[in-house]
Amino acid sequence: MPQVTRRRALLAAAGVVSTLSALGVANSTALADPEPRTGARGADAGAGADGFDEVFQGRRIQGVRTAPDASAARKGGHSGHSGHGAAGGQDHSGHATEGWSVRIDGRDLHLMRNADGTWVSVVNHYETFDSPLAAARAAVVDLKGAQLLPLQTGGAR
Amino acid sequence: MNIRKNQARLSRAEKRRFVNALLTLKRNGTYEEFVTLHSTFFLSDQDAGSRVGHRSPSFLPWHRRMLIEFEKALQTVDRRVTLPYWDWTQDRSPASSLWAPDFLGGTGRDLDGQVMDGPFAYGSGNWELKVKIDENPFLRRQLGLSPRAPELPTKAEVESVLAIDEYDTEPWNSTCATGFRNHLEGWRGPNVHNRVHLWVGGQMATGVSPNDPAFWLHHAFVDKLWAQWQRRHPRSRYLPAESTDQVRGFRATLPPWNDVTPADLIDHRRHYFFDTDFFPFRGREDGAANADGRGGDGRGGDEDAA
Repeated sequence: MPQVTRRRALLAAAGVVSTLSALGVANSTALADPEPRTGARGADAGAGADGFDEVFQGRRIQGVRTAPDASAARKGGHSGHSGHGAAGGQDHSGHATEGWSVRIDGRDLHLMRNADGTWVSVVNHYETFDSPLAAARAAVVDLKGAQLLPLQTGGAR
Repeated sequence: MNIRKNQARLSRAEKRRFVNALLTLKRNGTYEEFVTLHSTFFLSDQDAGSRVGHRSPSFLPWHRRMLIEFEKALQTVDRRVTLPYWDWTQDRSPASSLWAPDFLGGTGRDLDGQVMDGPFAYGSGNWELKVKIDENPFLRRQLGLSPRAPELPTKAEVESVLAIDEYDTEPWNSTCATGFRNHLEGWRGPNVHNRVHLWVGGQMATGVSPNDPAFWLHHAFVDKLWAQWQRRHPRSRYLPAESTDQVRGFRATLPPWNDVTPADLIDHRRHYFFDTDFFPFRGREDGAANADGRGGDGRGGDEDAA
């Protein structure tokens, strides 16, 4: 987590969240988080780096890497929304990186990757997160129990 | 003549007319068109692709046009209504009159974030959300409760951004380390515009932010800050002059309207005025700007403003 907050501390005290704030690592059953990481940024950026599946504040959050978005790679550096809860493309160094599919209680969470490698989600669209896992947890907090819907936008510009 | 006023100076009658116009647009479906317009662009504006409404130089002119269109829509209901602006460097508390039941209503309840008072509370029967990212039909807010935005931007922080001389810079996206636009938008620096969305919370922080009427008052002030910046930097120009493969130049048309360019929008006085345009020494928020001896208008025509 970016920082330990009063709200999180209260939630933690209530037993909703365990020690994730203090440790920077989830009370998770992350699919493959090979080793604990340390460091201010590394703690969260690393957690769930290869996928995650955990219960966070009573919501199941899952994230899996998908194949790099072929259409994105073709466009050369396109990185952004796919509209299906998956996002991917290239990082700022131009290498094709991962795509991600992230879900909250089985519903797609729309993610977009920034040019600096950080992430935004449709729930927190005016701030960036170091990892899809961090974006998913923030979305759980701010949804306050609401279930996600598929995106409804006005179609192609 | 359209004069946009500081929301703190609106009379009760002016607040009532503004709220009534919003509720009418909601009832006839027009409001949803604006939410959809914004979210369609916001969800596809990306750092390494085509981007026009956000994280790009046209962030300011694009929103200016959107606000002009919205103001016109409000005026189809009541021609006396103009968009008020919310100077969050001054009115920084959830206890501000902005959030009173006779205006925007207050913060959301703990349980689910639902706004429970004022004209935009779901319980009022007049404000059911239609363009949504989640199943709940009610407006949510968490005023000042985001751990990542406990305070609104301060006047000093805004001043530091207004001091930036260059409008924008390569690579014209959210990663620009310098430039007024990216610092005002908030992806770098003290975080100005983005942080206000976080501070309000609920839908304001999401990809469907115009569901909260606070969106319009916030963006009317961001728009005003652009005008203030122009007055301080009369030699600075909109950049880039020419379009790139991803962003719009000074004379490039802006979708979805495709009949307007940043050049057409560069001087707000062609479209509307701010209350402070006439009484610059009286305005609370322009006091510092005028204390340096450059008070009054100080601007030439369109060329200087560009």
